[in-house]
Amino acid sequence: MKKIHTPLTEEKIIGLKIGDEVLLSGVIYTARDQAHKRLFEAITKGQKLPLDLKGAIIYYCGPTPAPKTRVIGSCGPTTSSRMDEFTPVLLNSGLRAMIGKGRRSSEVAAAIKKYRAVYFLAYAGCAALLSEFVKEAEVVAYRDLGPEAIFRLAVKDFPLIVGIDSRAKDIYQGQHPAVRKK
Amino acid sequence: MRRINAREIQQAVAQLCIQANTRLRPDVLAALKAAYQTEKNKRAKDILAAIIRNAAIAKSQKLAICQDTGLPCVFVELGADLRVIGDIKAAINKGIASGYKKGYLRNSLVSDPLARRQFGYAPAVIHLDLVSGDKLKVTLLPKGFGCENRSRLMMFNPTAGPKQIMRFIIDCVKQAGPDACPPYIIGVGIGGTADYACLLAKKALLKKIKNKKLKIKNSSRWLSKINKLEQKLLTEINKLNIGPMGLGGKTTALGVSIETYPTHIAGLPVAVNISCHALRSATKVL
Repeated sequence: MKKIHTPLTEEKIIGLKIGDEVLLSGVIYTARDQAHKRLFEAITKGQKLPLDLKGAIIYYCGPTPAPKTRVIGSCGPTTSSRMDEFTPVLLNSGLRAMIGKGRRSSEVAAAIKKYRAVYFLAYAGCAALLSEFVKEAEVVAYRDLGPEAIFRLAVKDFPLIVGIDSRAKDIYQGQHPAVRKK
Repeated sequence: MRRINAREIQQAVAQLCIQANTRLRPDVLAALKAAYQTEKNKRAKDILAAIIRNAAIAKSQKLAICQDTGLPCVFVELGADLRVIGDIKAAINKGIASGYKKGYLRNSLVSDPLARRQFGYAPAVIHLDLVSGDKLKVTLLPKGFGCENRSRLMMFNPTAGPKQIMRFIIDCVKQAGPDACPPYIIGVGIGGTADYACLLAKKALLKKIKNKKLKIKNSSRWLSKINKLEQKLLTEINKLNIGPMGLGGKTTALGVSIETYPTHIAGLPVAVNISCHALRSATKVL
C-alpha cells in the first residue's frame, strides 16, 4: 500500500504501476458527464475554465446530498468509459489523473502515456464507505448541474488501485481476454 | 369493497425509498457473504469485504448504499376488490419526491432526455399489475444506470434452443465486463413481446437470490427446467473470471433469475437486465 499526496508530480506518477494499491491524500475534483461536456467545449473554444486543470485529479463522481452531520453524502465512482471521448483533450490541458470505475478506450490509454498521467480505480459500488475518506467538500463550478456540479474534495487516505499507468499498461488488458474491450 | 386513501400509498413509497436505498436486501447481503467465504482470489476477497463493509456503513449511518440512487422503478399489484381513493400515480410520485429528499438521496433524473435539463426525483417508471384480492402491493426498485445501460434484448427465432439463449446471456455479461459493478445479479425475461420481455427481465431482479442449489419439490417440470437453466448460467458466468470490479475471481455473478411468459408462435424474445451488486428493492403490502 503506497501513500501519496497531491500534487501528483511526474515523478510520483512514474513510480505507479498497474495493480498498485494507493492511499491518496489531498485535493481532487469531481466531474462527470455534463461537466466533461462543458469543460471540453470551453477548451475547444479557447474559453477560460472554471478550474485549473494543470496537475489536477478528476474523480468521476456525482455524490448524494450531504446529511447535516456529514461532509458529503455517498460518493462512489461512476462508469469511466462515458468520459472517454472528452479525456484526451482534458489531458492535453494538464489533467494529471482520473479516478473512476471500469475500462477505458485505447485512445485514452495512449493519451495517458503521452501526457504522463494515470487512471485509478476506486471501489465500485462502495459509496458510503468512500465517503468516510472525504474530509471537505464544496461546489466550485457548474452549480446548476446539481449532483453533476464540480466539487472540490479534500480526501485523506482515499483507497485506489492503479488501472492504467503512465506507460499505458492497462489492468484490464491481458488479464481477462473474455472481457477485453476491442 | 375495501378502501384505502392514496395518501397511504404516498407514505409507504416514501418509506420504501429510504429503506431500499440504505439497507441492502438481506438475500443480496447473504449472497455477498457466501461469496466472500468461497472466493479464493485475494483481491476479489478484499473487494467483497469492502462491499460488505459499505453495506454496514450505509445501514448504520443511514447513507445511500450507492451514490447512484437510481431511477425509481415502481411495481404495483392492485387487488380487484380494493378501491383507492385518490390518484395512485400522483401519490407514488409525491412519495418518491419526499422519500428521496428526506433520505438525502441523489436527484438523478432529467425531465427531458435530450435537453437533459432540470433535475427531479420523479416521475418514477410505474408498472401496474391487476391481481385478485383486496390488497395493494407496492415494490420500489431504484435502478442504477451503470448497469441499466448494459441491458439487451434479442428477438430469437422460435426454433432457437437453450444453447443459443445461454450464449446470448453470457455474451451480455462479457460485454458488461468490469464496467457495471460486478458481481452482478442477472435478470432474464423470456417470452411475451419485445417490451414485455424487458419488463420480465427487470421483474426477475425482484426474486430472492437462491444461494444453494435448489431441490425442486412439487413444481412443474417446466419450472425445474428454468431453475436448472439459472444454475447452469450462474456456473458458466462465474467461469468468466471477471470477478469483483472486473479484477478477476470466481464471483462474477451472485445470482441468475429468469421470468417467463407465453409468447407468439413466430418468436422468442429474450431480454437481459443486469444489476450491479447493490441490488436494492423494498416491498410493502397495504
